[in-house]
Amino acid sequence: MEKVNNNPPTIGDRVIQGIRKDPRMVFLALVLIGLIVLMSILAPGRFLTVRNFKNMGFQMAEFGILAIGMSVVIMTGGINLSLVSSSMLGAIVGAYLMRALNQAGTMSDWSIILIGIASILTVSVLCGLVNGFFVAYVGVVPMLVTLGTQTVFNGISLNITRGSGISGFPKVFQKIGSGTLFDIPYTLLIYIVVILIAWYLVQKTPWGVHVYMVGGNEKATRYSGVNTKKVLTLVYVFSAVMAGIAGILMISRYNSAKADYGSSYTMMAIAATVLGGTDINGGSGKVWGTVMAVLILQVLSSGFNIIGINRNITDIVTGLILIAVLSINHFTSKEKIRKSK
Amino acid sequence: MSQNENVSKPYLRLKNISKTFPGVKALQNIDFDVRLGEVHALIGENGAGKSTLIKILAGVYKPDAGGILEVDGVEYPSLTTKESMHHGIIAIYQDFSLFPTLSVKENIAFSEQMDSKGWLMNWREVEKTARQALDNLGVKGDLNIRANMLSTAKQQLVAIARALVYDAKILIMDEPTSALSSGEVDALFQIVNKLRDQGMGIIFISHKLDELFRISDRMTVLRDGLKIATAPKSEMTRKKLISLMVGREVSDERMLGEGGSDVVLEVKNICKKGNFEDVSFTLKKGEILGITGLVGAGRTETIQALFGLNEPDSGEIWLEGKKISPKSPAEAEKLGIAFVPESRQTEGLILQQNVENNITLPILEKFANKLMRIDFKKRRTRAEELIKQLDVRPNYPHMETSKLSGGNQQKIVIAKWLATNPKILIVDEPTNGIDVGAKTEIHKLLRSLADQGMAVIMVSSELPEILAVSDRVLVMRQGRVSAIVDGADADQELLMSHSVQGGLHGHDKKGQEAHHE
Repeated sequence: MEKVNNNPPTIGDRVIQGIRKDPRMVFLALVLIGLIVLMSILAPGRFLTVRNFKNMGFQMAEFGILAIGMSVVIMTGGINLSLVSSSMLGAIVGAYLMRALNQAGTMSDWSIILIGIASILTVSVLCGLVNGFFVAYVGVVPMLVTLGTQTVFNGISLNITRGSGISGFPKVFQKIGSGTLFDIPYTLLIYIVVILIAWYLVQKTPWGVHVYMVGGNEKATRYSGVNTKKVLTLVYVFSAVMAGIAGILMISRYNSAKADYGSSYTMMAIAATVLGGTDINGGSGKVWGTVMAVLILQVLSSGFNIIGINRNITDIVTGLILIAVLSINHFTSKEKIRKSK
Repeated sequence: MSQNENVSKPYLRLKNISKTFPGVKALQNIDFDVRLGEVHALIGENGAGKSTLIKILAGVYKPDAGGILEVDGVEYPSLTTKESMHHGIIAIYQDFSLFPTLSVKENIAFSEQMDSKGWLMNWREVEKTARQALDNLGVKGDLNIRANMLSTAKQQLVAIARALVYDAKILIMDEPTSALSSGEVDALFQIVNKLRDQGMGIIFISHKLDELFRISDRMTVLRDGLKIATAPKSEMTRKKLISLMVGREVSDERMLGEGGSDVVLEVKNICKKGNFEDVSFTLKKGEILGITGLVGAGRTETIQALFGLNEPDSGEIWLEGKKISPKSPAEAEKLGIAFVPESRQTEGLILQQNVENNITLPILEKFANKLMRIDFKKRRTRAEELIKQLDVRPNYPHMETSKLSGGNQQKIVIAKWLATNPKILIVDEPTNGIDVGAKTEIHKLLRSLADQGMAVIMVSSELPEILAVSDRVLVMRQGRVSAIVDGADADQELLMSHSVQGGLHGHDKKGQEAHHE
């Protein structure tokens, strides 16, 4: 018989328990700390500053939110290549409305912004429904569906803007992307709220559990009486809402909307998802893992920037890290399979 | 048709061949031989060991040590696929193993190109080889058409032609007529006879007794991995063959119940093109209705219709006096219908998830509060209850399901449905790949569920299993209900005769088949 321990677990116990439960998070945390230390040494007095961390806070949010939108899709075994293009389509429609209403000058700034935000989110939800419909109800492979919709959304955006930027929003709108509360960027606060909501939905609700089940085995989940079509559609809508929020932050930060904003984020979001421990085949992964990966990538790019390393080198290093992590994953999971046999 | 019994020595001879899979003895001490110039029929129920035997001949499986495979005078402990092909043993499986998007000539002359040393395809050679092979079969056709554009019968010809290119001495045909019309069967038999007369040995596997008596020279019956008999056709009768296939009449311990009370489910004349036709039956509270028939008889398709996976084209389904037409498993679940699918690995379970996640999947939403938050403690308690109720071992809710034994995995699939408290429980091949002890446990479980008032439908190919628990047995054949009999009156021979085409009575005599309930 095991001895029953009635003492409440100490912090040490909890940490050990946590490490055992999720070694990958510990690994990511160590990498993050290691990178921060490394950058602090390489750029003394420049990396470990309030200004730098504030900057990172501004930059991280839109990418971090997009990465969450990507992660949930990948957890189901799918992928959303139209993530950023739906983000920008929503943003451009919203921007267009805001500019028109602002020029008309009959409404208060706040109502214009509210209408703008509502329209951005509405358009992105519509984009998500389109993706969800084709993936869940028509049954087309997610990669093909979203490759197609990516082109379509982007085409519509270009058509609306004729390739140039839309600006002329109410002044206050800029505040979202560039304002701070006690030196903490609003964007960072929004990111934290989004993380908490996403974590709750994915880790605590039936829908969240269904996401993992569908990712593990869609057929078996459907055969268990779960409406997997609904689950999947909601996944793409959720992803699109994340895109919409990121779109709001982006056009606010740039104070304009343009079809090609954020185009590199799609691939980066996939990278962050995988780096954060989500299996590209679906069925596993955690919101916190993706958040951690976003932090790592942000520290890397900010650090390199401060040290003065060429942006292209940063890309190369990011790519190499990704390949390294995937290779490690591959071998460790092979090990697991071998052991289980 | 020549009866080539005078042919001297067997080309292929198996001595004392056994094959053991973990927990299952698929073949035991088989002696078997095939001569050149004969058609040797291989007969047995599903699971009798025919497929295993073929795969040993083709070099796919390695038999247990101790047996000898003698081919053309050379003795082997086991064959590799290469050795097997080198000796001209070629198997044509049910799916023909063609390359669907390649042309006819590429499929037929595939081996030639594999062997050629050059870098470039010699298309002229490919065409010549393919043409020759088809000519040999007496078939004309377009060589450039893609294989998946051909009818089943023509695809089969391509597969046979390919075997000729491989220089087949022994041709193994696994259920070659299962998807053919009767005209196509005649054409196929002409070719088979031609090949036999040219001196090829043919192993012919089929469930259709009529065909076996038409085409074969000798017959070998397998049952439960044992060879029961080998005899020339002249010494066999249909009746003898059936009794050899099913074995002793005495079945295992029977667990029959009271036979049910009120009608819960009534299926009226449901049809689905290509799946099942005009299927009608009733299901009572507290009974187990066994559904059997040969593979391809439409059993799974029929019960899938009840679970919203295979909507019928016409006909009606009534549940407790209400007409229903479930369009998805989610709808069926809400109606109180539960379904334990045939493949627990791919359809029943999410293997990499833990027991708790699997076992509470259909009832997950019940643990959520108004804020959609799952009460994980409550869920854990319920999972533990279910694990205990069905005695799943080991009893850890957090254990990954892939690590459990087949029997315990099946219990989880059943348990997850019991949690929904269904009116009807449908199980498809519930003991597939499960060891004997766990089998009985599952049978007892089904019986006790029925005794508690659940209506149970059990689909199974294994007649002893059907007889062990069914209060009534519905036999299907080629998409139709061929008989419904009382479990107490049924025996293996009766069920088998209703399952096979022609059955005991030669050809179909629909009028004589009782539909009594």
